[in-house]
Amino acid sequence: MRMPEPDPAVLAQAVRVTEELSRIVGAESVIADAERLRAYECDGFTAHRQRPMVVALPETTEQVVRILKLCQRIGAKVVPRGAGTGLSGGAMPLADGVTLGLAKLNRILDIDYPNRCVVVQPGVTNLAITEAVKADGFYYAPDPSSQLACSIGGNVAENSGGVHCLKYGLTTNNILGLEAVLMSGDVVRVGGRHMEAEGYDFLGLLAGSEGLLAVVTEVTVRILPKAPSAKAMLIGFPTVEQAGACVAAVIGAGIIPAGLEIMDELAIEAAENFVHAGYPLDVEALLIAELDGPEVEVEHLVGRVQAIANEKGAVSVRVSRDEAERDRFWAGRKAAFSAAGRISPDYYVMDGTIPRARLAEVLGRIKGLSKRYGLRVVNVFHAGDGNLHPLILYDVSQPGELAKTEELGAEILRLCVDVGGVLTGEHGVGVEKRDLMEFMFSAVDLDQQQRVKCAFDPGGLLNPGKVFPKLRRCAELGQMHVHQGALPFPDLPRF
Amino acid sequence: MAEVISPGNPGEVGEAIAWAIGGERKLEVRAGGTKRSLGRPVAADVVLDVSRLSRLQAYEPEELVLTAEAATPLGAVEAALAEHGQQLAFEPPDLGSLYGLPEGGATLGGVMACNLSGPRRVKAFAARDHFLGVKAVNGRGEVFKAGGRVVKNVTGYDLCKLLAGSHGTLAVMTEITIKVTPAPEKTRTVLIFGLSDGEAIEALARAMHSSHEVSGAAHLPASLAARSRVAYLSGANAAVTALRVEGFGPSVLARCGALREAFNGTGPLEELHGQNSALLWREIRDLAYFADEPERAVWRLCVPPAEAAVLVARLPEKLGARPYYDWAGGLIWLSVEGAEDAGEPGVRGALGKAGGHALLVRAPETVRRSVPVFQPQDDALAALTARTKQSFDPCHVLNPGRMYNGV
Ligand SMILES: Cc1cc2nc3c(=O)[nH]c(=O)nc-3n(C[C@H](O)[C@H](O)[C@H](O)COP(=O)(O)OP(=O)(O)OC[C@H]3O[C@@H](n4cnc5c(N)ncnc54)[C@H](O)[C@@H]3O)c2cc1C
Repeated sequence: MRMPEPDPAVLAQAVRVTEELSRIVGAESVIADAERLRAYECDGFTAHRQRPMVVALPETTEQVVRILKLCQRIGAKVVPRGAGTGLSGGAMPLADGVTLGLAKLNRILDIDYPNRCVVVQPGVTNLAITEAVKADGFYYAPDPSSQLACSIGGNVAENSGGVHCLKYGLTTNNILGLEAVLMSGDVVRVGGRHMEAEGYDFLGLLAGSEGLLAVVTEVTVRILPKAPSAKAMLIGFPTVEQAGACVAAVIGAGIIPAGLEIMDELAIEAAENFVHAGYPLDVEALLIAELDGPEVEVEHLVGRVQAIANEKGAVSVRVSRDEAERDRFWAGRKAAFSAAGRISPDYYVMDGTIPRARLAEVLGRIKGLSKRYGLRVVNVFHAGDGNLHPLILYDVSQPGELAKTEELGAEILRLCVDVGGVLTGEHGVGVEKRDLMEFMFSAVDLDQQQRVKCAFDPGGLLNPGKVFPKLRRCAELGQMHVHQGALPFPDLPRF
Repeated sequence: MAEVISPGNPGEVGEAIAWAIGGERKLEVRAGGTKRSLGRPVAADVVLDVSRLSRLQAYEPEELVLTAEAATPLGAVEAALAEHGQQLAFEPPDLGSLYGLPEGGATLGGVMACNLSGPRRVKAFAARDHFLGVKAVNGRGEVFKAGGRVVKNVTGYDLCKLLAGSHGTLAVMTEITIKVTPAPEKTRTVLIFGLSDGEAIEALARAMHSSHEVSGAAHLPASLAARSRVAYLSGANAAVTALRVEGFGPSVLARCGALREAFNGTGPLEELHGQNSALLWREIRDLAYFADEPERAVWRLCVPPAEAAVLVARLPEKLGARPYYDWAGGLIWLSVEGAEDAGEPGVRGALGKAGGHALLVRAPETVRRSVPVFQPQDDALAALTARTKQSFDPCHVLNPGRMYNGV
């Protein structure tokens, strides 16, 4: 993996940097020995590793400000890191970089029921927010499968989703306010406990910016009252096409389920053997639909979805009878990644999104690619919003197999873009998909994005080498070529 | 009157901008022109009229996405959606009558550029949340795109969000892709009569804390309820608190019943169906109660919902403020006596520490020139705003000064 050249001037100062960081956060919150640095070599994208120069673990916004000012002064790169569960290498360290671990900023600052929001530090885990308000009947809606471990700061940086995003939105739709520190040490606050931030929507811009624009030090999220009832349905289909058609028909009928997921044959089998969720083993595709709301609504919609499923050729339909069964129905889906890990030494998670109507076609083409590369592909996906997660099974100890896997992965993502979709739905570009960006965006598109980065971080020190295939200097991007002249389209109507 | 040029495609928009840069001219970006008075006056030499970019390009009901050129009339978009039982969930307002213009002039691009959302925002998010993809021309005259045609997408920065609410100061949008949603099968509105502002805010919060999925939560003090065209309100001679439920038939009936039960004893109750319900929420959405007093200034306050009534009580008496509340208190619409400063110190002063912001939505041009229309920003945010403007529009050709002086 090609990364920005380490700066010898910075590396030469490693010891001094470590000392200065210790003065800011205390020696116990600075990691500089090779042994302990190993834990930070990669995030959830494990194919490439790099030991950071040093890790600092601040506990306050003030410390973050001082660290960023220090790094800005000496020209050291900074890589923010939450819980390190990211799947695209966004938190992958740089050899001459300070990894800024935010896990110690882990306090829930305020639970504000009258305004239906919670104010937290970025290191608080996703699930901890729901846990904190659960007893009072509330929850935080976005629920990535990694919610037990991943941090809300990481969720903001990746704009993470989850199975319930179809109905309740992604991270970007569920945050009200942010405090963030720029590379210069400036602290900006956007939004708050009110519903809309004013001015340029920096809240929306920072969501999904992968730690390249600012370090998020506080997040205000909105919380929702828990739906009074929910039922999950397991619907088996003889073909993936039929499952796809059922999804389209459900949505076409005006029903937006809380979750709508498909697993293919290999995924069903792996998950069933792992968690014994009671999945049917004689079908090619399993559709899991969850309906939530008032009891009457759930009853009504279960009936309608069942009728649609039958019409589309479902061979089995089961409706959860109680909460325990509903959890069991989901257990297999939620553990699908780990289940893949049990049937293969290694697996590689993809994350493209496609228009729903192309589901069957794309899955068919992935099957063809899988044959051609001689690598098994397991498919689990957020069918409701067309977000695919093909898992490529491989064995890193086989020479050449990782490279072949990455090639297949790239082909799958190009296929997603070809049919009108995108490279990544929720896992981010990071280093993983960085070099595919030009497949989706023109040089002009990418330059405009990089100019926005320049507005936040003119020195290019915050998480460089991620997202953008070519590093551009801000001075170069800012140049203007002005042409004097007449209006070049004399025929245009003028008034 | 300023010269007007009307490009017919993104390339021509780009050429017009390049021409403006070369000749050091400033452009006012305009489509329907219905929201020209929303914001600070723009000091422009030329109007860049994009209204020829008005084709609805692709609508796929089964994908819940629609792509249209930016100046496509909102009415055309909504009509196309209605044919398939779908809608814009964020319920964009029509501000025509507020500004003394005909209704129906708004365009999709204008709504997005101002990030305007109606009552359903309490449940179904804002305009910006439905903005999936964009093609636009930046202030260098370059055509760029961002986002895509799918709901779930984190490929690159979310520049759609940045353009939403940028009031045309960053780039000229030429093509917009939005997420659309199924329209509800049934709608009912529960009315509670006679609550004070404070009691109403509490009642609205209770409704939002319930699991009844309220999709509209507003409160009209008696003087404004009297102006409604819905007889139940105008004849009530009392303040009216309104709660809307939408969705599938059996569910709506059940939730409506549950709400009535929950508020039994709070005040006299009534229920609106069909036409009446639709009319009420349209009035609330479009600020219909302020249309007949064009001499009064209008403010839009976005505040923590629970603070709304307290905040209004803090307003100086001399403003003669007439408030009403939407978004369960999170949005306060306020008309005040016309004055040289539109009552700015009093209005912004009342915001206090609670947080939030106040936008001067209607006032004469002279007032909008001297009073900060948008909430003033602290130094760090103002500097970031200026650098962001620079990153799209380095020569300040697009709507200069529309939002902030120098931006
Ligand atoms: C088993 C498993 C299942 C998963 N399931 C899902 C899923 O269902 N949906 C989904 O969307 N994702 C999923 N993920 C991916 C991952 O959990 C999310 O991307 C998550 O949001 C990352 O959070 P983190 O705290 O681990 O961030 P990290 O991995 O530490 O960092 C991710 C990125 O965010 C940046 N960052 C972190 N914190 C901050 C901060 N405070 N300020 C600025 N930048 C910051 C980093 O620089 C990096 O670029 C899954 C991962 C695993 C391993």
